[in-house]
Amino acid sequence: MSAEYDIAETLDVKGASCPMPVVKTKGAIDDLAEGAVLEVLATDPGSMSDIDGWAAGTEGVELLDQTEGDDVYKHYVRRTA
Amino acid sequence: MNTDTLDGSAEDVPAEDVPADEAPAEDVPAGEAPSRAELAARVDELEAALAETTDDGGKKMSIIATKGTLDMAYPPLILASTAAAFGYEVTVFHTFWGLEILHEERSKNLKLSSVGNPNMPVPNAVAALPGMDRVTTKMMEKKIADNDTATIEELLETSLDMGVEFQACQMTIDLMGYDEDDFYDGVTTGVGAATALRDMAEADIQLLV
Repeated sequence: MSAEYDIAETLDVKGASCPMPVVKTKGAIDDLAEGAVLEVLATDPGSMSDIDGWAAGTEGVELLDQTEGDDVYKHYVRRTA
Repeated sequence: MNTDTLDGSAEDVPAEDVPADEAPAEDVPAGEAPSRAELAARVDELEAALAETTDDGGKKMSIIATKGTLDMAYPPLILASTAAAFGYEVTVFHTFWGLEILHEERSKNLKLSSVGNPNMPVPNAVAALPGMDRVTTKMMEKKIADNDTATIEELLETSLDMGVEFQACQMTIDLMGYDEDDFYDGVTTGVGAATALRDMAEADIQLLV
C-alpha cells in the first residue's frame, strides 16, 4: 500500500496514546511542503478513527489511506495547502 | 407565534404589505421595479454588512477549566491540544481549582480523590482513611506511565507550543495567594470573567470542565 505514495516523511508515534498521535501528526504535516505525503506509524487503535476524524475536520490535509497490521496502524496524510 | 401564518395565507395579504424584496417579480408594477444597478448596489451593501458581522472565518473554541484533580485536568488539555491540531484558535480559562493545572509546581503533583467515586476499587469508608488519596494517586500515576499516556506537563507544554492560550483567572490567583511567576511561561494572567465571556461569545465550541 505504502509503495503507492511518495513518502516525504515518516512520523513514529508508536506507544503514544490519545491525543498525541493526532497532535504530533499535525505538527509533522505543518513542516512538510504542499503536496507532500506524511506516513504515520502508531500503535494506538484509536488512531484509526482519530486521524480519520482529524483529517476530515481540518483544512489543508487529506487522508489518503490507513492500514492495519503487525500491531502497527499506518496512516498516509497529504498536505494539500 | 408567527402572526403572518395566523392572519391567513399569502394571497390575503394586500400587495402593498408585502416587503419589496419578497414580492414576486410579476406583482411589481412596471416602472417601480428596482433597476439592475440598484439591486447590484443593494447586494454590495449586504455583502459588506455580512463581512462586518462575520469574523476572519477561523474556528474558535473556548474552555473553562474549573477542576484541579488529576483525572479532571486531562479533558481540557486533551481537547485544547486536539482542537489546536484541527486549526482552532483555543482559549482555556482556568478558574478555582482549574488554576492548579497552570501552576508549574502544583501541576506536577495533582491528586486523585479516592472518595466520592464509586468506580474506585476501595469502598468509600476505606477511601476516606488518611493517606488513601496518596495511594490512589500513585496507582493512577503508574497507570498513566505504563500506558504511555501523556503527563499533564507534556500536554500543557504541547498545547502552549501549538498556540493554545491559557488564561489564569486573576480573582482566583489573588484568592489562592499565588504569584504570576508561579505559572508556566506563556500563561496569560490579569484576566477575568468578562474576558472568558467574550471568548465564549465568539467561539464555535464552548465547554465548562
